[in-house]
Amino acid sequence: MDAIRVRLKLQRDAFALDVDLDLPGRGITALFGPSGSGKTTCLRAIAGLERTPGAYVAVGGDVWQDEAAGIFVPVHKRALGVVFQEASLFAHLSVRANLEFGRKRVPPAERRFTPEAVAALLGIDHLLERRPDRLSGGERQRVAIARALLASPRLLLMDEPLAALDLRRKQEILPYLERLHDELSVPIVYVSHSPDEVARLADHLVLLDAGKVVASGPLGPTLARADLPPAFADDAGVVLDTVLEGHEDDALSRLAFAGGVLRVGRRHEAIGSRLRCRIHARDVSLALSRPLDSSIVNLLPAVVTATAATDTPGHVLVQLRMGETPLLARITERSRRELDIGAGRELWVQIKGVALLR
Amino acid sequence: MDAADLAAIWLTLKLATVVTLLLLVLGTPVAWWLARTRSRLKNAVVAVVALPLVLPPTVIGFYLLVVMGPNGFLGKLTGALGLGLLPFTFTGLVLASVLYSMPFVVQPLQNAFEAVGERPLEVAATLRASPWDSFWSVAVPLARPGFLTAAVLGFAHTVGEFGVVLMIGGNIPERTRVVSVQIYDHVEALEYAQAHWLSAAMLVFSFAVLLALYTFNPQSLKGRR
Repeated sequence: MDAIRVRLKLQRDAFALDVDLDLPGRGITALFGPSGSGKTTCLRAIAGLERTPGAYVAVGGDVWQDEAAGIFVPVHKRALGVVFQEASLFAHLSVRANLEFGRKRVPPAERRFTPEAVAALLGIDHLLERRPDRLSGGERQRVAIARALLASPRLLLMDEPLAALDLRRKQEILPYLERLHDELSVPIVYVSHSPDEVARLADHLVLLDAGKVVASGPLGPTLARADLPPAFADDAGVVLDTVLEGHEDDALSRLAFAGGVLRVGRRHEAIGSRLRCRIHARDVSLALSRPLDSSIVNLLPAVVTATAATDTPGHVLVQLRMGETPLLARITERSRRELDIGAGRELWVQIKGVALLR
Repeated sequence: MDAADLAAIWLTLKLATVVTLLLLVLGTPVAWWLARTRSRLKNAVVAVVALPLVLPPTVIGFYLLVVMGPNGFLGKLTGALGLGLLPFTFTGLVLASVLYSMPFVVQPLQNAFEAVGERPLEVAATLRASPWDSFWSVAVPLARPGFLTAAVLGFAHTVGEFGVVLMIGGNIPERTRVVSVQIYDHVEALEYAQAHWLSAAMLVFSFAVLLALYTFNPQSLKGRR
């Protein structure tokens, strides 16, 4: 009932978009793909900023567009919020008036948030009387997010909201996006071409390539697929949701996940905190027996489930399973041959690096 | 300055005010359309609006005389409506001035609307503002400098016109005799002292207007073609 249904078919010069998506009505769905893959077009079509013939868009039971039935709800009558790459604040209004712009156009009974709560959530309470041109890039984008939320959206669309910001500003905003995810029940469709952002924020992942959906599913299993086009394989890696289980004497912390325990440098979060980490396929190597003379701390038993080609000559992607949890390793074709690695093979994985995302 | 001079000044201000208001009302939708359309007619409309910039005022005046005259379609219309004929009336003068000063209002407004761009209006739509609402709450405030420029240029240009006035309005005291025509009369009658007074007043006025425009609205003239 709460799900988001999107069917788009679009032919524009050499570009064809053909998308049929069923997205969860909660959490963050990332639309990920190289530039020109149709992510932004998809987002604009969902918003109704572009009207595409034959399209069908329904959000939580509200049909926004069904060309077959002659329905096209104009953008301003859709309960949505859009955050663009540039914050696009109204330059003639103060921050407070920008925040109020959408809110005061929503009937009081439908309003879901108060300006105070949203301003506190995004850390912009001290900026309310300023003009947009007196804000930093990161502050502007936070105001834009708050403004969109105050229009009480049933769906929040974000079009590469961090792409125009430098690394420090990105780091400044990411925790706020995580708070949106954790504290609000607004589903978010998040367009990005940054694997790091996607791995950090998304619950659900849609991979787009040349206007087609290559994969759509929960983040972990989708990232761990070995059958994706080679273009996605070079940056391959899995995301694990773990729980901080305990600390060890030598300044290491234990992260438990379904399938084992990872040891990482000492964490300062409370025991029991949920931490998401990413393991790049290129940081994983394989051994046939448990290495006793390795400096690598994270050694885990695993079973090979598949192998696949990559874009890099001489390299293959190996999909494994540690208990319940999938893992990807990128090794050379030569190693694969010499170790005779194929589906069903039991072996040991050595994990060289674990990137903690949150 | 005598009573005739003051009457001419008063008439000029009245004409320019009425024309400016009409131009803003008529020019805004034209400029809005031009700034946003992808129609193939756009360039043709731009060219028509810009015609008064290049045509001698006598040509515009001549055609307007023909159209508003007893055999022109506008003349027949006003005649049938019992309004009489427009040439040599204040109304006729207003009509001619609106056409003649149109580019000075449409172009700054069009540039201002183009500078506002599509994005703020898209954002407004996602924030539940209807197109009519966004026009007033976003496009107009963001294009404010353009409106100021358009109003000032439209007003000043109407004050400064001569050829069209002479063709359409003639030279009727308190009805169509504006300052520029009054100066012409003074010079014709060799009343140089009075011509000096009025001319100096026009010079000071025009300089003050342009100075104010550049001072308070320095961006305003940059975007003009």
